[in-house]
Amino acid sequence: MAPPSAITGNGAASMAAAGPAAAAAPRAARASTGSRRLYVGTIALAITVAVWFIASAAGWVTGGRFPTPSDVWRAALQISTDGGYGGGTLWHHIAQSCRLVLLGFAVAIGTGVPLGLLMGSSRRADALVSPVFMLLRPIPPLAWIPLAILWLGLGDAAKIFVIWVAAFVPSVINTFSGVRNVDITLQEAARVHGASRMVLLRDVLIPGSLPMIFTGLRLSLQASWTTLVAAELVGAFTGLGKVLSVATLDIYPGMILFAMVWVGLLGALMTKSLGWIETKALPWLR
Amino acid sequence: MAALIARAHRRQGPTRREFVMLFTTGLVAFFALWQALSMSGIVPRAFLPGPLDVLRTIVRLSYEKYSGDTLWRHLLASIGRFGLGFLLAAAVGIPLGLLMGWYRWLDDIVSPFFESLRFVAPIAWVPFAGLWFGTGIGGPMLVIFSGAFPPCLINAYRGAKYVDQRLVEAAQTLGASGPRMVADVLLPASLPSIVAGLRVSAGIGWQSLVGAELIVVASGVGYLMVQAQLNLSTPTVMAGMIAIGLVGVAIDVALRMLENRINRHWGRES
Repeated sequence: MAPPSAITGNGAASMAAAGPAAAAAPRAARASTGSRRLYVGTIALAITVAVWFIASAAGWVTGGRFPTPSDVWRAALQISTDGGYGGGTLWHHIAQSCRLVLLGFAVAIGTGVPLGLLMGSSRRADALVSPVFMLLRPIPPLAWIPLAILWLGLGDAAKIFVIWVAAFVPSVINTFSGVRNVDITLQEAARVHGASRMVLLRDVLIPGSLPMIFTGLRLSLQASWTTLVAAELVGAFTGLGKVLSVATLDIYPGMILFAMVWVGLLGALMTKSLGWIETKALPWLR
Repeated sequence: MAALIARAHRRQGPTRREFVMLFTTGLVAFFALWQALSMSGIVPRAFLPGPLDVLRTIVRLSYEKYSGDTLWRHLLASIGRFGLGFLLAAAVGIPLGLLMGWYRWLDDIVSPFFESLRFVAPIAWVPFAGLWFGTGIGGPMLVIFSGAFPPCLINAYRGAKYVDQRLVEAAQTLGASGPRMVADVLLPASLPSIVAGLRVSAGIGWQSLVGAELIVVASGVGYLMVQAQLNLSTPTVMAGMIAIGLVGVAIDVALRMLENRINRHWGRES
């Protein structure tokens, strides 16, 4: 889909090589309807939870390796009330993690999207910057954590740095391929009518690449969240990852599960909010 | 007309020679800046060793033991763990995805679990992984699995859902049963999508492994890096990062070759 360039390898939205949509239509019509799906899904989840409760009541789940419902409840109470757990209450940890993710994410898209726009609209800039990308991109963001701790310690700065590393690359790459994929006829039409470089960028290239930019933002946000949790697990003062790491040392399965549920919930919530912003920002795609 | 416009457009960009020159400039500037920053003393050299220092460290680590083993042996331990976790993810994810693409009841049952677990970052499985399977091979395998599994499943599922309807009908006319349909029609037809998924999954799996090794394991490159970080040995940390990056590239290149082969064989341009 994207023109072959130095920096577009995978990593962009290359999840599935989907087949021709025409051939899929009959099967799609046959596919589950939303309501049926919700119905079966709710029952399946309910049965699993019921099995968990029954197994715990019957004593098959003892809480040594997997928590019983009462263990989780106890953990929830402990972390939510006065002293909290692992250095603060639940609210405290959540606020810290969310604050860092949003900060790091904001810095990453604030630098990544403009760089992507620049590299997409100027082949010279692309040629100049892409070698650095090619060298640094294969290093997974999580591998930067020890270096970040060495350079910046265990505080907020190291976390923001690591999130930046993680979220920067997807936002640059997707913005870049978004700009490169803007219909050339539109660009020529704008030029013919005397659009300057800035006008071309503002009125043609940016709106045209917004869908891809949002794809990049979604990948960036997910990467930010994963990386932050990992960074907090390796070393932090507060945050959900810190709760996980203290609970691991205490061998406290109830707290581990409770913190994991929150990691999942917040991750889902962030992705959903970004999706909501996307539908607001791109009304013409609805 | 279109070709004419494209040519006119291209003429505004740099020529091939200019491109190569700019590319080289970027490359050289990166290393020069790095070396200059480390030599100038603006940043203490202990915190920012130059590229040559890091290269020297890599050479030294390949015969001298650090935190229990040489760099290459640590790397081998990591690759072994990765391979096991990745194979397990593929062995479970691909068949499950194909079956979900054919049997609607399975899709209805598995999807809600999958959708709700997908949002838990792979790295958040590290505590349970250690508790359930220990920190040797089992624990990291679970972490890799939780990272590498979703793309395997999703792409096999999509591949199976988007199979050419005529193939399915032809097989049905000839009386193919459900299992045969999955094995003989859906699997071959969705191979290109599956391989694309494998590449994504290998990338996430490798990254998850590194995370797991930073936290719980007692060997592997991640462990080496944590030890180096505790000893404030920046060159060793950087050597570990480079080694991780190189292996990541090697895995990706190998899977890309497989992908190209399959796409060519299936007569599809990627």
